[in-house]
Amino acid sequence: MSGGLRTQVGQLAHRSVLRTLRQPAQIVPALIFPLFLLAVNAGGLKGATNLPGFPTDSYLTFALAVPFMQGALFSVMNAGTDLARDIETGFLNRLALTPLRGAALLSGLLAGAVVLGLLQAVVYLTVGLIAGADLAAGAGGALVIVVLAVTITVAFGSIGLFAALRTGSGEAVQSLFPVFFVFLFLSSMALPLELIQTDWYRAIATANPVSYLLQAFRSLLIEGWDIGELALGFGIALAILAIGMFAASGALKTRLVRT
Amino acid sequence: MSEPRTPGLRTIALAVAWRSVHNFLTNPAFLVPALVFPLFFFVSFAGGLSAIGNVPGFDYPTGYTAFQFVFVLLQSAAFGGVFTGFGIARDFETGFAQRYLLAASNRNGIVAGYALAALIRALVTWTMLTVVAVVAGMNIDGSGIDLFGLYALAILVNVAATMWAAGVAMRVRSIQGGPLMQFPTFLVLFLAPVYVPLSLLSGWIHAVASVNPITALLEAGRGFIAGDPTVIALAFAIGLALPVLFAFWARGGLRRAEAAG
Repeated sequence: MSGGLRTQVGQLAHRSVLRTLRQPAQIVPALIFPLFLLAVNAGGLKGATNLPGFPTDSYLTFALAVPFMQGALFSVMNAGTDLARDIETGFLNRLALTPLRGAALLSGLLAGAVVLGLLQAVVYLTVGLIAGADLAAGAGGALVIVVLAVTITVAFGSIGLFAALRTGSGEAVQSLFPVFFVFLFLSSMALPLELIQTDWYRAIATANPVSYLLQAFRSLLIEGWDIGELALGFGIALAILAIGMFAASGALKTRLVRT
Repeated sequence: MSEPRTPGLRTIALAVAWRSVHNFLTNPAFLVPALVFPLFFFVSFAGGLSAIGNVPGFDYPTGYTAFQFVFVLLQSAAFGGVFTGFGIARDFETGFAQRYLLAASNRNGIVAGYALAALIRALVTWTMLTVVAVVAGMNIDGSGIDLFGLYALAILVNVAATMWAAGVAMRVRSIQGGPLMQFPTFLVLFLAPVYVPLSLLSGWIHAVASVNPITALLEAGRGFIAGDPTVIALAFAIGLALPVLFAFWARGGLRRAEAAG
């Protein structure tokens, strides 16, 4: 990376991080809401561990993977809404008058998502372990969980950027939340794939990449080190990131041309 | 020349309800989520969690689909009220509600109108939810009277939630009060026996669900659809008390809105 590009990314990243940290309305729901659902589901679905073939006797451990995904969904909203606000307020237009590169803009804007993803991952994992969840992969596994969570958060954040650039509207970005929620619900969120009885539902959950992202977390929490599951999880996250950044770059060019 | 007749509570309520229902039915941004979300929850819970019906001790004879149908019905009833609260808040933000306050001789009619609109939009949602559930093969062991009881409970939940949300909306008078309407409703619904009967819950969630008023409503609703009515008196006592309680809350909100001008 050239010195100029590094400076551009650094300044935008600094702005993005500060903006995220100064908005409790972005941070607090992203921390509280997933933990609340974890508590409710871990209590309400505890009986599922009695099903033959359930991989652990602790539903809390099984369900602990879900907050990481919900946190990533919040990054779609946060990254997208921040950029949409820049578009709505004309800030992006002003940036377009500078020699700023598109890659710098997109990378810098995701810095806030990195910080939020890191904070979320540490809080979810800490709360989960204090509440009694297992971590079969040990301390190294905790580190990998945090790295995977941040990777997924950034990947989903890039989709938020694309949505913001495409629509230029914070409201439109917010309306994406239910769509992503559908992806989460139609996955192996509540039960392992092999225990989902309804055929069509299992087929959708099997084709849904979110199931494999969840499984990557669960492999570390429940089984220990499963390189295949981890490679699949990281591979899917990086593929989403690549697609998101590619789409966002295209949308950025279009938006700047419109400007 | 005679004075123009002052509209009464009924006329005001019908006018407010008509506008709200018209907005709801003609704006896809309002209509689609109201129809799709309950269906989505129903499909997710009944489809994705159907194996929970095999958990030892789960003895609901009508099946897991019916078990979850009751929860989703009551949830859509509650959120129909909450979304109406969003509409009230939006009306205050745009200044339309202030015009209501100026024009209405009996301002209780405004709240009654919003409540009527919430009920109508809930009926639209319930119709589609019920059709989908029946087409999906949901068992119904209860009689027509039992089902009447189930939908009567849903109506009471809808009215209670509308009064709650209206009270918040008229105090905050901004859509920023949305989380305040939504989160407590979400909390009280999900701290009930959502996935399994109360007897299969343990620990803190059992303790909370045991004292949560929604638990009685859920158990009664599930009893109705199974044709085995249970805790009816308690459920209807709670179901009637909540709207009355929150009507006072909404009335207080109306007074605050009037004072704010």
